[in-house]
Amino acid sequence: MTATAAPQPRRLYRPRDHRVIAGVASGIARHLRVPVTAVRIALVLLLGFNGLGLLLYAVFWAVLPQQLPDGQQQTRRDLALLLPFGAIGLGVILLQGLLFGDNRVAGTAGWLVAIIAVGAGVIWHQSDPTRRGQWAANPQAPWLAAVVAESDRRSFLFRFIGGGVLVATGVIGVLAVYAPAGSLTAVFNGVIFALVGLLGVGVVVAPLLWRTFSQLRSEREGRIREQERAEVAAMIHDQVLHTLALIQRNSTDIKEVQRLARGQERSLRNWLYKPMASPTERFAAALEQAAAEVEDTYAISVEAVVVGDTQCDERVAALVAAAREALVNAARHAGVETVSLYAEVEDDELSVFVRDRGAGFDPAEVEDTRHGVRGSIIGRMQRHGGQAEIRSAPGDGTEVRLTLPASRESVSAGKETAR
Amino acid sequence: MTEPVAGETRRLTVFLVDDHAMFRAGVRAELGAHVDVIGEASSVAEAVARIAATTPDVVLLDVHMPDGGGRAVLDAMRRTHPQVKFLALSVSDAAEDVIGLIRAGARGYVTKTISPDELAAAIRRVADGDAVFSPRLAGFVLDAFASRPDVPVADPELDQLTNREREVLRLLARGYAYKEIAKELFISIKTVETHVSNVLRKLQMSNRYELSRWAADRRLV
Repeated sequence: MTATAAPQPRRLYRPRDHRVIAGVASGIARHLRVPVTAVRIALVLLLGFNGLGLLLYAVFWAVLPQQLPDGQQQTRRDLALLLPFGAIGLGVILLQGLLFGDNRVAGTAGWLVAIIAVGAGVIWHQSDPTRRGQWAANPQAPWLAAVVAESDRRSFLFRFIGGGVLVATGVIGVLAVYAPAGSLTAVFNGVIFALVGLLGVGVVVAPLLWRTFSQLRSEREGRIREQERAEVAAMIHDQVLHTLALIQRNSTDIKEVQRLARGQERSLRNWLYKPMASPTERFAAALEQAAAEVEDTYAISVEAVVVGDTQCDERVAALVAAAREALVNAARHAGVETVSLYAEVEDDELSVFVRDRGAGFDPAEVEDTRHGVRGSIIGRMQRHGGQAEIRSAPGDGTEVRLTLPASRESVSAGKETAR
Repeated sequence: MTEPVAGETRRLTVFLVDDHAMFRAGVRAELGAHVDVIGEASSVAEAVARIAATTPDVVLLDVHMPDGGGRAVLDAMRRTHPQVKFLALSVSDAAEDVIGLIRAGARGYVTKTISPDELAAAIRRVADGDAVFSPRLAGFVLDAFASRPDVPVADPELDQLTNREREVLRLLARGYAYKEIAKELFISIKTVETHVSNVLRKLQMSNRYELSRWAADRRLV
């Protein structure tokens, strides 16, 4: 139209300054560049054709945005904006009255259309203009976004009313159709009205559900994140920071630093990779706890490998205690940094091996008065039906082998599961 | 590559893949006396490109990296550069990390607490074609083969450990060195190494997908 490339395309507005009723006629006149009076005459003439002029006027009123004087913000909630929808509804009623006369079903349908028009108008008008732009940008389903998107409480209320009107319409429609004698068309109409009712329910409920779900989801996610963060922070504070502080203060004592670092590494590793098991219930957890205690107390590192797991009972606890004693012996007498602990759970027996590559000794020369080996290891294993063997030679390290036959019931249970 | 003076004294070329620069620097400093560190990478993409360019003897591979980790490097390199050996060097000793990397084709797995001398020995062993099994890895393998006896397997012969292999693994888990295992079982060190390599091969094929690929590669199917 114009040669100047305007930043915005020319749009149809309802001007506020030159208006008689709502400014529709003058808006159209400006847009088409024809005299206002001609438009007004045309509208009045159209009024003669079953009120078409009125209908057109109302439609333009509803659809056209108001042109605002420069610098003035549009008032967000202008209830006058809803007026045209009422006018549309009225127009439709008038129109169907003129066209169909006194036909009952058609009369009902006319009312329905009118009410739906009003409801839809309310929904449309209450939505934010900027949001409408966003919906249009959603290529899949702009109408869905228009129904589902939620701006604030008030718009939700209006939507609720609009949807409620639709529901009521559907119900009334079903009743109105079923009241006369039931025929196939009546049933068909009933179905249609029921669908309209369902649509209304959907319109009312969808945004509510959507909003509630998304809020719940985001809240839950936030809470979980916050909890995890708090847990990590607490753990770092309780363990890592304290350990680092201790290491700074003991930085000259290499053994102490190593002990602290080892304990910290173990605890973080467990925290990161291992599900916590109660040491009083499970064999592997009990053994690993014993190894950890020895590590902390004697400042050595215990390389613990446990294959399989089983329930703890009195006998298994005795095995763990004997293994702990063997670890303590290795830590105190072998003079090495690392001790290996290997345990295996088999169908018919539990076995534990504690091995070091340290000083070693001659087992035949262990005095009877030494309780560590005789009482805590060999004696304890024998009391519980197990066996302890100590292989060592001076300069060749030591290995303590502990075996414990599985108890009768667990043996049978193991065989059953194996087959 | 320089001409080998003698089989023993030729210096191995090693490539480091780890996303922590501090750790790379530390390993480089500690290994410098034993091997030639010919390159470093801090990401999967960089590692794939530079390993292909430098073709080192052994790659020290970190398990956890931001963009896919050691597994991605192995998957990318294993087919195109079968002569490059991979040794996983990680701070994690979680079973799924260890077993996962071994299945992907790493020849061994050691944790970052290993001493420099032990690491150098492990690199040499991997370069010679043997596997490096830490006691913990041996424990995981025993666990994996023991706790799932009823996993459907296409060829049971191939996917099960023999008694001898199981014995070797048990001794490894108990902290024995290869030499000590050989003495304990009255076999040669070479036999111990063969058993361990067999275990590793079985581990790499111990699921159907790997197995069928292995068969397809050898035109068995």
